[in-house]
Amino acid sequence: MTDHFTPDSAAQPDGPAPNDGRRSFIKQATGLLGLALAPPLVGQAERLTALSKKVAGVSEMKLKVNGTVRTIKAEPRTTLLDALRENLDLTGSKKGCDHGQCGACTVLVDGRRVNSCLTLAVMSQGKEITTVEGLAKGEELHPLQQAFIEHDGFQCGYCTPGQLMSGVACLKEGHAKTDGDVREWMSGNLCRCGAYPNIVAAIRQVEKSGFKS
Amino acid sequence: MNEPAFFETTAGPGVVGQPLNRVDGRDKVTGKAKYSAEYALPGLTYGVLKTSDIAKGRIKSIDTTAAAKEPGVLAIYTHLNLPKLAKTPNDPDGKKAIGAPMGFLPLTSDVIYYAGQPVALVVADTFERATHAATLLRVTYTAEQPIATYTDPKAQLFNPEKVQDGKADGYTRRGDARAAMASAPVKLTAVYTHAINHHNPMEPGSTTAVWEAPDRLTVYESTQGVTRTQKSLATMLGLPQDQVRVVTKYLGGGFGCKGSCWPHTVLTAQAAKGVGRPVKLVLTRRQQFTSMGHREDQTQTLMLGASQEGKLLSLIHEKTSTTSPWDNYAEANSKIINILYDCPTFESHYQLARGNVMTSTFTRAPGEAPGSFAIECLMDDLAYQLNIDPIEIRLRNYAEKDPSTGRPWSSKSLRQCYARGAELFGWSKRNPKAGATRNGRLLVGMGMATASYPVHNSQGMARVRLYADGHAVVQAGATDLGTGTYTVITQVAADSLGLPPEKIRFELGDTKLPTAPNSGGSVAAGTVSSSVYMAAQDVWQRLTKVAIQDPKSPLFKAKPEDVSVEKGRLQLTKNTAKGEDFMALMKRAGMDDVEGSGQGKYGAGYETGRPGNPAGPNNNTESTGEHSMHSFGAHFCEVQVDPDLGTVRVTRWVSVHGAGRILNAKTARSQIIGGSIFGIGAALMEATLRDPHYARYTNSDLGDYHIPVNADIPEMTVEFIDEHDPFINAMGVKGIGEISMVGVSAAVANAVFHATGKRVRDLPITPDKILGTKSV
Repeated sequence: MTDHFTPDSAAQPDGPAPNDGRRSFIKQATGLLGLALAPPLVGQAERLTALSKKVAGVSEMKLKVNGTVRTIKAEPRTTLLDALRENLDLTGSKKGCDHGQCGACTVLVDGRRVNSCLTLAVMSQGKEITTVEGLAKGEELHPLQQAFIEHDGFQCGYCTPGQLMSGVACLKEGHAKTDGDVREWMSGNLCRCGAYPNIVAAIRQVEKSGFKS
Repeated sequence: MNEPAFFETTAGPGVVGQPLNRVDGRDKVTGKAKYSAEYALPGLTYGVLKTSDIAKGRIKSIDTTAAAKEPGVLAIYTHLNLPKLAKTPNDPDGKKAIGAPMGFLPLTSDVIYYAGQPVALVVADTFERATHAATLLRVTYTAEQPIATYTDPKAQLFNPEKVQDGKADGYTRRGDARAAMASAPVKLTAVYTHAINHHNPMEPGSTTAVWEAPDRLTVYESTQGVTRTQKSLATMLGLPQDQVRVVTKYLGGGFGCKGSCWPHTVLTAQAAKGVGRPVKLVLTRRQQFTSMGHREDQTQTLMLGASQEGKLLSLIHEKTSTTSPWDNYAEANSKIINILYDCPTFESHYQLARGNVMTSTFTRAPGEAPGSFAIECLMDDLAYQLNIDPIEIRLRNYAEKDPSTGRPWSSKSLRQCYARGAELFGWSKRNPKAGATRNGRLLVGMGMATASYPVHNSQGMARVRLYADGHAVVQAGATDLGTGTYTVITQVAADSLGLPPEKIRFELGDTKLPTAPNSGGSVAAGTVSSSVYMAAQDVWQRLTKVAIQDPKSPLFKAKPEDVSVEKGRLQLTKNTAKGEDFMALMKRAGMDDVEGSGQGKYGAGYETGRPGNPAGPNNNTESTGEHSMHSFGAHFCEVQVDPDLGTVRVTRWVSVHGAGRILNAKTARSQIIGGSIFGIGAALMEATLRDPHYARYTNSDLGDYHIPVNADIPEMTVEFIDEHDPFINAMGVKGIGEISMVGVSAAVANAVFHATGKRVRDLPITPDKILGTKSV
């Protein structure tokens, strides 16, 4: 994924950090994410690091989470997941792998399910972000939350917020018409406790109840 | 057994056993449940580990210059500057005192024993800055050629005196198994291998350490046992036990890897002390693979001698596996092979080789899971060889008493499990011939296997505070891995106190609460439920004393032994009309509340009255009473195998268990389903691959280490046999966390054999192995 930026890097091997804020944050972010994805590629990381002389870059960002706009101070490389958990104390969204492989961090961005660990906070500005904390209406649980409780769709609860957000999207996408559909379209969300049959039952119950999100 | 028992004292149907929804369900579905890395402490800082790329050698240099210049970096700890600890596990005395399988603490010298060993810990004011700074550390090594596994030609095999952290014998002999084998009419020998498996709980290992005072530490920790972690930390830090507080309100799974205190926890505590601020450290998923143990790579050879009628005469078991440079850890696979069937002779021994690996540790059903794979596959082979039904061959060898000790079972419902499982599964419709059932072009196979898990001797404390307004707070320093401890203990307290469950608040996961054992080895439900029940009895005894001294009470001057309690009403046992409600009594006596405490024992300690094992589970102290104590069950599996691609799909599943009193039908079913899925993972896909040259893992992430996903799992059927066991504890409860996975991989492998006629003995059963194995 870092290769995409190589021509730019080659153009200014020792030059000052670009003024273009967007490009610089991409470099910083790519350096960090690229590193996370492929730790052995130290050489590449070094090259990127050398380019981005100015690693510091805390700025104000406005994130609209669960209907409320909140301002945080974070770096361009801060992921949406870390911004939610560490800056906004919205710890419902979980970090299971930080690589987009487990789905525990799933949130809705403009109604679509995304892995918030692979999404940068800075790019999520101006979008509607919905986390598990925003599912219930006050004390009234979302039907899927209630169905998860009834069907025991979890044990430890750590993958649950991701399962719920994915499940809500799955229903909305029309991917919950059969048990087989649900199994397939919920397979991006790992559950190590093994609550899968109960998760399927919960989502199917909400689908059959005619719930419209 | 001079203690009151739940069976005798609690009248009428209550909420125990009912399929109540989880009491913590609302917190978990709304995101309110706080896990160990989710405490927003003032001044919180972030710790990130830098780990070794090499598996053996020495650190030549660590250049921290660039990292230290990064904004926000507060400290960088290496072996050169880590504050010294009072004790480390690096010497035998320290290891014994710390009491954890952690046999080695990194950052104490320049020696590298395994790839992924921490070499530095960076602390910064944000996670991003700490993560980035850790990448700027320049570490050079003098590398040596490591040993990756016991299969390495350079590996030196040895016979350990003890295995499983000193808790099981390295050699066992019952009768003359070799002579019996020599003369047995039917002999079978098979070799089984098991890949390295990682627990991979969804929540990685997390520690948030805050020093409340120079000599007082609080740690929010992802642990299955707050007390064990407290003791280990206090020992290493040189603090009195009570000066370390460990809190685990919610735990994102454990499966054994969170059963002990591991290096990153104490390193985080040291870092927090050094920077004078709270430090949070969360292992990356990759670090999780080298920081909290694993199930070891292993080969088992099992020999079986039998009569022509299929009656076992001899079993000889050998296991060879890799252990770390400092531990003699091997799962004790032989235990289950020794007790599962009536066989007059038995012999087992273990071989280990030291590899440059992090130590292996308890992994769900440690020993029982891989051990059952060997014995249950070989019993299947015996059944086919003699043309006997797989269930029938097991019934012919049914152990009416524990063959390893000759003691009677405290309870055993295995016959019922076989019968009910077969009925639910439709076993009678199975064509006994292997490779003969098809669904279109797919091969269909049906297999089964026996499950068993021991009742480990354990004990713990609980406190019950009953208020005159009809509420109660119940406390025990247990942990809930997600297994349902919050919920089932609330149910037990409700029935013990005669209150509806919504009037009970059960608190757990804090060393400030009465000590409970580790939630591991399936001891939590039986121990904690019993201690809460006993604490409730203590409350009633105290109130009875008040009543019989109160002239206004209908029970005035009654003898305490004549008073019993039913649904919160203290009354004469023989004249129940004479009595009163506890609230009336307490209000008259001016008591706002009354507190009772109790000790619960699980296993042999309960039967004999001798002390249990406070840290539980301790595998060599199990069942030393009059009875041998185990739960039993049976799994039935249907698979469909693609003959061209070698892919296996589990299409039906039935599990039936006899596990004493089931406290909550809903959470228990979930636990059995979960354990079965864990076992299906081990059977079909889970394997961590260690590069034989570099001794590094090549697939240490959740993209490449495959665990079952939703699409891998069919609908599953679970039932329990109603079982009343008066010998195991006051509640009659056996744990079900581990038995749920025992025998699962064998049931899958047996189904694959039935489908294809191919016997795959190497786990996981991946398509290449099916395509590469010849039919028999």
